[in-house]
Amino acid sequence: MKRDPKDLARYTASERANHWAVGITFILLGLSGLTFFHPAFYPLNQLFGGGVWARILHPFIGVVMALSFVAMFFRFWKLNVITPTDKEWLSRIGEMVDGDDHNMPEAGKYNGGQKLLFWLLVACMALLTVSGIVIWRAYFSALFPIGLIRLSSVVHAAAAAGMIVLIIVHVYAAIWTRGTIRAMWYGTVSRAWAKQHHPAWFRQITGGGK
Amino acid sequence: MALQSLDIKARSATTTPSPAVRETMPVAKLIDISKCIGCKACQAACMEWNDLRDEVGTNVGVYDNPADLSAKSWTLMRFSEVEVEQGKLEWLIRKDGCMHCADPGCLKACPAPGAIVQYSNGIVDFHEENCIGCGYCVTGCPFNVPRISAQDSKAYKCTLCSDRVAVGMEPACVKTCPTGAIVFGAKEDMITHAEGRVTDLKSRGYANAGLYDPQGVGGTHVMYVLQHADKPELYSGLPRDPAISPMVGLWKGVAKPLASFAIGLVAIGSLFHYVMKGPNEVSKDIEKEFEE
Repeated sequence: MKRDPKDLARYTASERANHWAVGITFILLGLSGLTFFHPAFYPLNQLFGGGVWARILHPFIGVVMALSFVAMFFRFWKLNVITPTDKEWLSRIGEMVDGDDHNMPEAGKYNGGQKLLFWLLVACMALLTVSGIVIWRAYFSALFPIGLIRLSSVVHAAAAAGMIVLIIVHVYAAIWTRGTIRAMWYGTVSRAWAKQHHPAWFRQITGGGK
Repeated sequence: MALQSLDIKARSATTTPSPAVRETMPVAKLIDISKCIGCKACQAACMEWNDLRDEVGTNVGVYDNPADLSAKSWTLMRFSEVEVEQGKLEWLIRKDGCMHCADPGCLKACPAPGAIVQYSNGIVDFHEENCIGCGYCVTGCPFNVPRISAQDSKAYKCTLCSDRVAVGMEPACVKTCPTGAIVFGAKEDMITHAEGRVTDLKSRGYANAGLYDPQGVGGTHVMYVLQHADKPELYSGLPRDPAISPMVGLWKGVAKPLASFAIGLVAIGSLFHYVMKGPNEVSKDIEKEFEE
């Protein structure tokens, strides 16, 4: 990768650290959670020292993720408010997936797809946190009626599967759009990248210049 | 605990066949509530045989002692004073514990392979060495029976004395019952025996006497003879028509394999998208613009 003094800053160090905290805890939660999801994934518990350890650790890691996620939510929610342009972008998402972005409406810091993903992740995280507390047998389940525990078990599994799908899309989109991953590592993107993928954001921070 | 046997019908969190070559006769314990005097000998025998000594609790003003099932109290007499009709008080004493469902909700919910097994004789047994302590069995059970121990975070419940039954003996509670209110044998024989008891009770004025062998869970391997089979709730909340909750069915049914498949499809689909459409790169025109 070419580093250039003219590169644009997209994320601050603390934003990046926050994102990594969420990312690492998500991976740990995904691997330990799949252990309980279906027998096919049960051997994943070995990564955590066995089934009992996976059961003990999962909810504590969940607390760390929930807190990190809340911090990230407050950093980014204003940038993810969906505008009419974003709706237009989403209505043409088929063209984007097809690899043709010529007619896509101009995206700001985030495009419509990224914003939709953001809000879907927020919804999953909220459901996972609330249902996760209810099914945390060691400390909280005794406080709730059995009907609610059963409902929460379903909600937790469904929201988790949803979140895994969303994150696969999120990660793939970042790999697919070349020059994006470095923003997560170093916080910078090239000017050309910004103009290509987020033209409105590019004009906003450069004042329209090169 | 684990028995060295090959007569397993179902095993928790296992998608391949269980070792099922050896077939044993379905057994059942029949508890005739009309004969129970509430002496708690069955509780004492259960403690004795299974080497369980629960903590001594406090009297909460009723005969139930201990107040609830626990990881160390696998069976419990529940006493309810019921005015079945105006001026007619009855003391209905139900020996509570695992019902050993033919379709066990605990086994369906358990995520740990082999932590819960169902023998071909119908006994549902917890193998605590495989238990991870998640409490999903509690979530799955329609009878509120399994208890997680505060001492070791493992789930415990009545084993129907699977260790005794495996060597041809009857469960400890059956052995000790002084009135013959608890009997044990082939499930078929127990149903026949119950029919005799029900006929007798009906002739004594209990028009609604009947056998409790709820079909919602495929029948149970612990059955009750009830004086008022039309109102099972009278017996300390015995459920009228227990079944595995639809929530548990959804949670543990076809949804998860489908979701797993969908996750895999999205991951593989992403890879193929990259291969077929190529990366989303900055166009040459824009790149040139920024080259000095």
